[in-house]
Amino acid sequence: MRRKWSGMALALGALVMSAVAHAAPPSAEMLSNACGGCHGTNGASAGPSMPSLAGQNKDFFIDAMKKFKSGERPGTVMSRLAKGYSDEQVVAMAEFFAQQKPAPAAQKAAVDRAKVAKGKSVYNSACKRCHLENGKDFEEDTPVVAGQWLKYLQIQMAEFQSGARKMSEKKTEKVKSLTADDWDAVAHFYASQK
Amino acid sequence: MTMERRNFLKLLGAGAAATASVGLAGYANAATSAGGKHKVVVIGGGYGGTIAARYIRMMDASIEVTLIERNDHYVSCPFSNLYLGGILPDLKSLTIKYDKLAKNHGIKVVQAEVTGIDAENHSVTTSKGVFQYDRLVVSPGVEFRTDEIKGYDQEVMPHAWKAGPQTVLLRKQLEAMKPGGTVVLSIPLAPFRCPPGPYERTSMIAMYLKQHKPGSKIIVLDANPDIVSKKGLFLKGWKKHYEGIIDYRPAKKVTEVDNKNMSVLIEGIDEIKGDVINIIPPQKAGHIAHVAGLVGPDGKWCPVNPTTFESTLHKDIHVIGDSSIAGAMPKSGYSANSEAKVCAANIVALMNGRETTEMSGVNTCYSFLSEKEAVSVTGVYQVNKEKNVIEAVPGSVGVSPDLSELEAVYAQSWVKNILNEMSS
Ligand SMILES: Cc1cc2nc3c(=O)[nH]c(=O)nc-3n(C[C@H](O)[C@H](O)[C@H](O)COP(=O)(O)OP(=O)(O)OC[C@H]3O[C@@H](n4cnc5c(N)ncnc54)[C@H](O)[C@@H]3O)c2cc1C
Ligand code: HEC
Ligand code: HEC
Repeated sequence: MRRKWSGMALALGALVMSAVAHAAPPSAEMLSNACGGCHGTNGASAGPSMPSLAGQNKDFFIDAMKKFKSGERPGTVMSRLAKGYSDEQVVAMAEFFAQQKPAPAAQKAAVDRAKVAKGKSVYNSACKRCHLENGKDFEEDTPVVAGQWLKYLQIQMAEFQSGARKMSEKKTEKVKSLTADDWDAVAHFYASQK
Repeated sequence: MTMERRNFLKLLGAGAAATASVGLAGYANAATSAGGKHKVVVIGGGYGGTIAARYIRMMDASIEVTLIERNDHYVSCPFSNLYLGGILPDLKSLTIKYDKLAKNHGIKVVQAEVTGIDAENHSVTTSKGVFQYDRLVVSPGVEFRTDEIKGYDQEVMPHAWKAGPQTVLLRKQLEAMKPGGTVVLSIPLAPFRCPPGPYERTSMIAMYLKQHKPGSKIIVLDANPDIVSKKGLFLKGWKKHYEGIIDYRPAKKVTEVDNKNMSVLIEGIDEIKGDVINIIPPQKAGHIAHVAGLVGPDGKWCPVNPTTFESTLHKDIHVIGDSSIAGAMPKSGYSANSEAKVCAANIVALMNGRETTEMSGVNTCYSFLSEKEAVSVTGVYQVNKEKNVIEAVPGSVGVSPDLSELEAVYAQSWVKNILNEMSS
């Protein structure tokens, strides 16, 4: 009803009215569009270090935002930006990005084929249980890692190795014998997946 | 015809069938036969305009969008300080074209100078003819208040605050300067485009002097009483890297220049000489906003509705980016990008007779302090409904805890992504 009245007022050439009182709360699209300046349109990052969010696992996304907010996961800008959103808003954005078509990164040049081969065998022995289908699929709160930007994967893996970013006990156990080269090889393997 | 159709659309949105008075019904009848598409014209192909045009087309491809920009390419101000410092060899990676916006999104890109806006008739006059609109988006960036600096000549003392030939000129002057020389940088009173920008520039010029011009220094004359943005971090970086090179002087307003003597006057008295002088003049909304009567009582910036960015002075005209008064959102490229998306979503809603959506915006500005270290300031923004202004969401505004190499890595990808959004 209120919208009706404001439309009439405009049509009659009355002063431009404040639309605030009539506006719906920020939609998932409205909230998520604001992230695109860094993560790319609809979460498809143009790289090379900024992660794509398109097609990301919703539960992982929600968990990540929670951990940025609480400081449990290290972040540069995300620790601050995550504080700007309510739990409901985070869920809305997680759903929005999960629905976007996954955008495997165009990074042929950066990916090293020898490392990809080695990475595949490390993957099979230490990662496959959780990062399903070569990193394309997921269960529970495991992220999609296939086709993610190489540089981003390397940064995150370095944080796992240094302990700055925590791993579950199960994962810690599974990856404890990995060398830095092993980690780097899986990064190339994940990045090579389309 | 456009007039009638526009009013008809509003009436449609207002459920006019049930409530239209006799006079209005006349409009509606005239419009029914007019048919055709809704028309949006966007002025300015920079951080705000390109995104508004692209997102309107992404959200509703039935709307006809014309983007009018005076140049056939755009050079990004963000990261142009890195070119001055020598981190970037040229401005190529910061230059975008408009062909993909036309090809991928069907935006009509017109290279022309906009000379007038007729709010009454919903038309825009340009060097290439007149364009009708149903809604207009204005994102012309800033204009310089050069009248406040007596004798100012940008060919002698470049501003380099609009990237392109001015940036190249300043870089050439720095390269030509003899070792042991003095650079003078003048910062205007806030608000100006990019609050941390002048201090990033100070850092980048100091880096260049340290590496290539031994014994040189930079005198920073800041009209503001103190460093406007990220103060602690800049002071830390300057102490760490540029001790003895940067001479920062607060509350020094340059009011006059002497182009022959290569000197500046502070408040008309104190004279300071420089071998290279970079004057960032005080600023106001883009010229066309003044011509069109979109500027508020302060005579500088454009008041807007914080949800739709529609001008509070002229209906159906939306102002975004540096020219607008966007409450707590700083005048930055990221803000302009975010505002453009809010504006686009609500223009599409209004044109389809749907309810508008409250704004949610983001800003992040990265600044480089050295070749490998950057810092950032962030914020998430929403409308305070009682006050009807854009405010920061508590807790979301903050600066980096320290200089960071990781932030420099992410910053490089930020500029890549945001320029990609503007040009693909
Ligand atoms: C040195 C420097 C560093 C910066 N660094 C950052 C940063 O790191 N991060 C950040 O977020 N922001 C940064 N900024 C700020 C950023 O550049 C601006 O806030 C941003 O460009 C604003 O976008 P806009 O659309 O309002 O204007 P602009 O991007 O300036 O676009 C305006 C366009 O309109 C065109 N135009 C104007 N009038 C007319 C007319 N009459 N007819 C036709 N065309 C017209 C112009 O040619 C121009 O292309 C920086 C600025 C500077 C100067
Ligand atoms: C200024 C750039 C910037 C903006 C704006 C931004 N991000 Fe991020 N985002 C990053 C960076 C950088 C990281 C890596 C973590 C860090 O350093 O903060 C990241 C990481 C993430 C991650 C973790 C992804 C993963 O696979 O590990 C999520 C989820 C995320 N961002 C969501 C968002 C959402 C939602 C928004 C918008 C509300 C947003 N980001 C806005 C830069 C940005
Ligand atoms: C026990 C299950 C498990 C195993 C095994 C496992 N992961 Fe993970 N991985 C996870 C979960 C869960 C997360 C999300 C954790 C978080 O965000 O805190 C994750 C996150 C990641 C991320 C961060 C991605 C992003 O977008 O932020 C990378 C990279 C990664 N894992 C790589 C690996 C590699 C490489 C291996 C094998 C060497 C491996 N993981 C083994 C469960 C597992």
